[in-house]
Amino acid sequence: MKNTIQKIWRFYVDGFRGMTLGKTLWLIILVKLFIMFFILRIFFFPNYLNSSAVGEDKEEYVSRELIDRALGDPPSSTPD
Amino acid sequence: MLEHINTSLIDWSRAQFALTAIYHWIFVPLTLGLAVIMGIMETMYYRTGDEFWKRTAKFWMKLFGINFAVGVATGLILEFEFGTNWSNYSWFVGDIFGAPLAIEGILAFFMEATFIAVMFFGWDKVSRKFHLASTWLTGLGATISAWWILVANAWMQNPVGMEFNPDTVRNEMVDFWAVALSPTAVNKFFHTVLSGWVLGAVFVVGVACWFLLKKRDKKFALSSIKIAAWVGLVSAVLSAWTGDGSGYQVAQTQPMKLAAMEGYYEGQQGAGLVAIGMLNPEKKTYDDGQAPFLFRMEIPKMLSLLAERKMDAFVPGITDLLEGGYELKDGTKALSAEEKIERGKTAIAALAAYRDAKLAGNEEDAKIAAKTLKENVAYFGYGYIKDVNDLVPNVPLTFYAFRVMVMLGGYFILFFIVILFLVYKRDLSKMKWMHWVALLTIPLGYLAGQAGWVVAECGRQPWAIQDMLPVNAAISKLDVGSVQTTFFIFLVLFTIMLIAEIGILLKAIKKGPENN
Repeated sequence: MKNTIQKIWRFYVDGFRGMTLGKTLWLIILVKLFIMFFILRIFFFPNYLNSSAVGEDKEEYVSRELIDRALGDPPSSTPD
Repeated sequence: MLEHINTSLIDWSRAQFALTAIYHWIFVPLTLGLAVIMGIMETMYYRTGDEFWKRTAKFWMKLFGINFAVGVATGLILEFEFGTNWSNYSWFVGDIFGAPLAIEGILAFFMEATFIAVMFFGWDKVSRKFHLASTWLTGLGATISAWWILVANAWMQNPVGMEFNPDTVRNEMVDFWAVALSPTAVNKFFHTVLSGWVLGAVFVVGVACWFLLKKRDKKFALSSIKIAAWVGLVSAVLSAWTGDGSGYQVAQTQPMKLAAMEGYYEGQQGAGLVAIGMLNPEKKTYDDGQAPFLFRMEIPKMLSLLAERKMDAFVPGITDLLEGGYELKDGTKALSAEEKIERGKTAIAALAAYRDAKLAGNEEDAKIAAKTLKENVAYFGYGYIKDVNDLVPNVPLTFYAFRVMVMLGGYFILFFIVILFLVYKRDLSKMKWMHWVALLTIPLGYLAGQAGWVVAECGRQPWAIQDMLPVNAAISKLDVGSVQTTFFIFLVLFTIMLIAEIGILLKAIKKGPENN
């Protein structure tokens, strides 16, 4: 078992070491993932339903939005 | 009130989603198409043991790898946008959208990630058989990924296998297989994947013709052309067939989209299909009295045949769909748009009453409201429509995009037939004009795929989920400035990536198979 894991490990290490064009491609992938997850995701694409505008009760917020947008001010279930 | 939602916010959010989807779709079809072609080439190597096929397969694998690396994870941005720009939608779809995407992420992505490593690192380290299996499994993983993404998309076009839960305000899956194997999903999958194979074939033929143009690597180029052209011809013909199946499904579940695809306003029996036509730009609404076309040439009865499989079947036009009153297949009369809007409002009012009653602990009233909601929930989305004209998608865009897709589909069949004839019966290597035709066909392959998505996505407006949720209800209350900012960030980011891909691809192509 240990031998198999070692073989797989060596397979990947040798593969990565032997790359030529692949190194550039990996750089592109890593830069892209960094921009996506550490810049875009955090600063530009937060989950809207986790924002303070929504509050704790997401279900209530969405139902209020869906009712309000069709019928105007919703009935008494809407919090002030 | 709807007035709270700025239409420019909707337009910018839609534009942003379209931009990211268009860029994502530049990379995906080439991945799907090249996977098959390089798989066949490696199979040739496995069967013959000829090193020539190994070099050939490795060259196309290299281009596959570049495209894969630049394109990988671009689809994740679409998921970011669901959570930020389309949060009401994300909540409303519940686990139905989440389940296929989760399966896609876990099963298919890891399958791809595992076998792609063996494919690139495993030459001379694993057996030829295992390497070949890894190559095919890489392609299969990409295709399974596409399956689940397209299942999610198909559900938005034809929501099935779910029930709306007024307690959670979410749709909940009640029949997984109805979602996973809906006829819309099945047709969409085959049509989309086959169109990816066509693009892969067009790409390989075009690049191989560049080598002929440069008088280099003749054997490699001609062998690649033979394999790619056969793949291209078979998949282009099958793509036309599955396109017919998709058209039939659209007629059954999204008749307004079909009417927009045809610029078809007044329904009739034995309806003709517009072969060539120019829409009247003065026509703005269905009832403005303007003629829909400046000119058109029709194939008699063809639309009825394609939409209903009967030459004399009635196909409703935009006017019929808005005014209702025509007979449906079950013998009932079709509702007008106004009636659907009323029933949509009844459904939403019932949802409000249900939640009020629950809050007040009044189970009896809640039960009555739940019953009313269930009776009208099929029209839920119509409750957000203020003007019946909003139910009509952009007719010129849908009409012309559909024709671009279909005409290019026909062109590809002809293109591959000509290429196969020339490569087998004439000396293609000396036909410069054909090399140029093949090179110039590469962008047309991309154009056809994008036009198909324009038809699918713009043709279903105003719906985020067909009949259930329009885009103006699906959108988050965001500042339009922030959406504009991210739109331009994406535009710059994706353009840089595209330039990088083209640059790296060109460099790798120039090196050729011998210097791999």
